[in-house]
Amino acid sequence: MWYELSKEFIYGFAGMEGRLADALHFFIYDTVKIWFLLLTIIFAVSFLRTWVNTEYVRAHLQGKSALYGHVGASLFGIITPFCSCSAIPLFLGFIQARIPVGVTFSYLISAPMNNEIAIAMLFGLFGWKVTAIYIAFGLTVAVIGGYLIGKTGAEKEILLDVKPTDSELDAELVKLTLKERAKEAWRYTSDIFRKIYLYVLLGVGVGAWIHGYIPTDFIARYTGEGNPFAVIIAVIMGIPMYSNAAGVMPLVEVLTGKGMLLGTALSFMMAVTALSLPEALILKKILSLKLIGIFFTIAGSGIIVIGYLFNAIL
Amino acid sequence: MKIEILGTGCTKCKALEEAAKQAVAKSGKFAQVEKVEDIMKIMEYGVMSTPGLVIDGKVVSTGKLLSVDEIVDMIKAN
Repeated sequence: MWYELSKEFIYGFAGMEGRLADALHFFIYDTVKIWFLLLTIIFAVSFLRTWVNTEYVRAHLQGKSALYGHVGASLFGIITPFCSCSAIPLFLGFIQARIPVGVTFSYLISAPMNNEIAIAMLFGLFGWKVTAIYIAFGLTVAVIGGYLIGKTGAEKEILLDVKPTDSELDAELVKLTLKERAKEAWRYTSDIFRKIYLYVLLGVGVGAWIHGYIPTDFIARYTGEGNPFAVIIAVIMGIPMYSNAAGVMPLVEVLTGKGMLLGTALSFMMAVTALSLPEALILKKILSLKLIGIFFTIAGSGIIVIGYLFNAIL
Repeated sequence: MKIEILGTGCTKCKALEEAAKQAVAKSGKFAQVEKVEDIMKIMEYGVMSTPGLVIDGKVVSTGKLLSVDEIVDMIKAN
């Protein structure tokens, strides 16, 4: 629908032709489609989220077996909100409930990776199959990564002494009407949208330019099969880009269209969302540098392995 | 009445503090608004998603930037 509309507007109404028209058509089509999906998906996720908050997750994970803990924490990471500013209370709160540090890391890897913005962008740009693969691989990295971090004796590397509570923790869930939940979700959605819509515009704009002007073999040579280190480079480049995930993904879509391998693209996007420097700086207040190093190394290697695996399978 | 804002300094926490002050003025009640930034104190309330709003020692909201009117309602209900 968007495709036809934008095509009609550019070629029919404005009467344009050639490269500029192609780029402009691509730009309008992608921007409108992604904005629409962002609004829909963020609204849907934040609506569901009014039933599950972090306090509820903690009460649920308390005293569960290790396997259940890792898998549960990773799954909860999909639905619950996460911002790096709440990483510290989350960490300490989980310790308080005697939840193993490895399980907390499973959550800490999964929650930012499976955030609603990334999922909406992926869905809009790559379709549901790639989105599903991204989520499945993301969960795998979170479960295994958290497990391995737990095995390194991470408990000793926490710099603050938190007393565990012996009592069962209860999460009081506020009873809300559906209308209140919808209102809450809408407020959150518009808040997020206001923050990222310009990045989307910018990302799609640069993407449209690449789409129209940069030759395919140039990109394929550097990001495709011709470059065996592509996945590793992509992951390292992805780490400092956290805040711009919404702007970076349209670029990646264009690059894959021009020969970048999908595994490389997936690894890059996981690195963008899961590993962020601001989060590392915040965690440094309560965790030793050694543990943060272990966290980045394990999660980063997991993402790299998945990228190569995916490139090899397809 | 004592109102506490739990938060380690994120923008939402500051905005909530501002909203709480306005809400107190609007409600016409006498209440003291205090910002709690000590993470250990925040943990004692069992709050993990900041900002949190506490009225007379009771956690009434977590992880949300409430509007002035919503806080007024909470002040009146407590």
